[in-house]
Amino acid sequence: MTTAITIEHVSKSFTAGGQRVTALDDVSLSIDRGEIFGIVGYSGAGKSTLLRTINALERPTAGRVVVDGVEVSALGGRALHRQRQRIGMIFQRFNLLQSRTVFQNVAYPLRVAGASKDEIVDRVDELLRFVGLSERALEHPSRLSGGQQQRVGIARALANRPDVLLSDEATSALDPQTTSEVLELLRRVNREYGVTIALVTHEMEVVRELADRVAVMQQGTVVEHGAVYDVFSRPSHPTTRRFVSSVLHHLPDAEALDRIRRVHRGRIVQIHVENRESNDPFLSRIARQHDVDYNVVYGGVSELQSRLFGTLTVELLGNDLDVDRAIAGIATSAAIIELPPSAEQATSAAEELIHA
Amino acid sequence: MRDIDLEALLPKLGEALLQTLQMITLSFVIAGVVGVLLGILLYATRPGNLLENRLVFGALNALINVIRPIPFIIIIIALIPVTRALLGTSIGTTAAVPALALVASVAIARIAESNLVAVDPGTVEAGAAMGASPARVLFTIVIPESLGPLTLGLTYIFVALVDATAVAGLVGAGGLGSLALTYGYQRFDWFVMIAVIVTLIVLVQLAQVAGNRVARAVQHQR
Repeated sequence: MTTAITIEHVSKSFTAGGQRVTALDDVSLSIDRGEIFGIVGYSGAGKSTLLRTINALERPTAGRVVVDGVEVSALGGRALHRQRQRIGMIFQRFNLLQSRTVFQNVAYPLRVAGASKDEIVDRVDELLRFVGLSERALEHPSRLSGGQQQRVGIARALANRPDVLLSDEATSALDPQTTSEVLELLRRVNREYGVTIALVTHEMEVVRELADRVAVMQQGTVVEHGAVYDVFSRPSHPTTRRFVSSVLHHLPDAEALDRIRRVHRGRIVQIHVENRESNDPFLSRIARQHDVDYNVVYGGVSELQSRLFGTLTVELLGNDLDVDRAIAGIATSAAIIELPPSAEQATSAAEELIHA
Repeated sequence: MRDIDLEALLPKLGEALLQTLQMITLSFVIAGVVGVLLGILLYATRPGNLLENRLVFGALNALINVIRPIPFIIIIIALIPVTRALLGTSIGTTAAVPALALVASVAIARIAESNLVAVDPGTVEAGAAMGASPARVLFTIVIPESLGPLTLGLTYIFVALVDATAVAGLVGAGGLGSLALTYGYQRFDWFVMIAVIVTLIVLVQLAQVAGNRVARAVQHQR
């Protein structure tokens, strides 16, 4: 797999109100051709700044950015304008030209690139068909819904057949239903046109639905990155964990665990299940074998990129020796940890489990 | 009670209306061109913009700030030598035009500049991201996107010009204002006064309605 975008030791700082602000601090990432790469972080983490270095809307103060073999961060003038025509971009607030029709908005980048009239008409027709807005070609953006406006934004970004599409919080202003429609469209852009997509979002759901790989940013640095499955199933940085738990509710928090304990007086274990290929019903097999009963008291299993992972919180009932043996037995099939009786100890134990 | 002499009034009213319209149209066209160009220059030379130039921006800015607070009646008198040099006379309808055009130009320059500055920076960024040069962004995005509010601003200036022409009447420019002053104020002919006021109200209304329509048409918003 070849690399589409390389970000090498990129730093960006500026002076605001007499104070030196570091927006990016030595960030290195590489994005493969044809993949969808998510950059997630809270606001102010530097993710939009990072995205904007890819088409040089932001200039790094140090480091370099290479797109398709061209060092974008070193370009200026005409060469930069030409390079930008090959990188599409969509925005949170769509940024369509209100004084132009839908057709003219999509035609704009083609005019900039110097396409002929016939080419423009053909290409805009094709793009509006692709995003399902052929009937709205002669209307103005203000007459369209948010989702439709973003589809115009996507058509416009694709006009010059870019290899790379940058998406800056493209679904953050949309309702959940419209968000999934736009995400579906972006998936088609990636699959049908082979466009590499770099997307910035603060919604982990977007990453989960769309991305192949993800980088988590905090205070201008990438604190964790990897395949979406790995990051979701085994988040290591506290910020990543917070993001993951915003969409996956596999682990009980301290309060939930407290409530569980009030009802379930037996020994409580957590079992981490991941991408099980075997169909061995290990839980009931082992329970039967050691004469132990079990009770699933909390848990969740999710599918990501057609692979399963999750955590079950289970109460084991039986005499201590049998339960000990059952835990040892389960440990041969899955990661398992017993929760100590107090709640705080329990949550830190749960984090250990995931990294066992 | 004096007789109301409609037959004598109508021609006078017509002539005054014509003079007013002549003054407004001429000065409005000149100021529209000069003011909008100045506004674009102000915008483009602003720090961080296409033709960033502290000297030009600072000088223009100062010039406008000097002219704007001066009362129109003083400007029209102060400009008499200039007008005489320009037109060979300092009285009459056309003689009011340089002063009217000057005040309207600086006002329009300010309005145009603020409307350009107010254009959604997101669209400017989108233009840059699509590979448009800064000049292209200015002419194909910033200016077209500002036209709606700019039209409303121009309408406002048009109405302000109606007001200013009344003052121009003082220096013998004629027009509705001068008619109202000579007959209504100096001769206590309230009928003439009211006729002039009604004519002015209709004129302003028509201008505002037309301005609103044009603004809506260029803005494409409901």
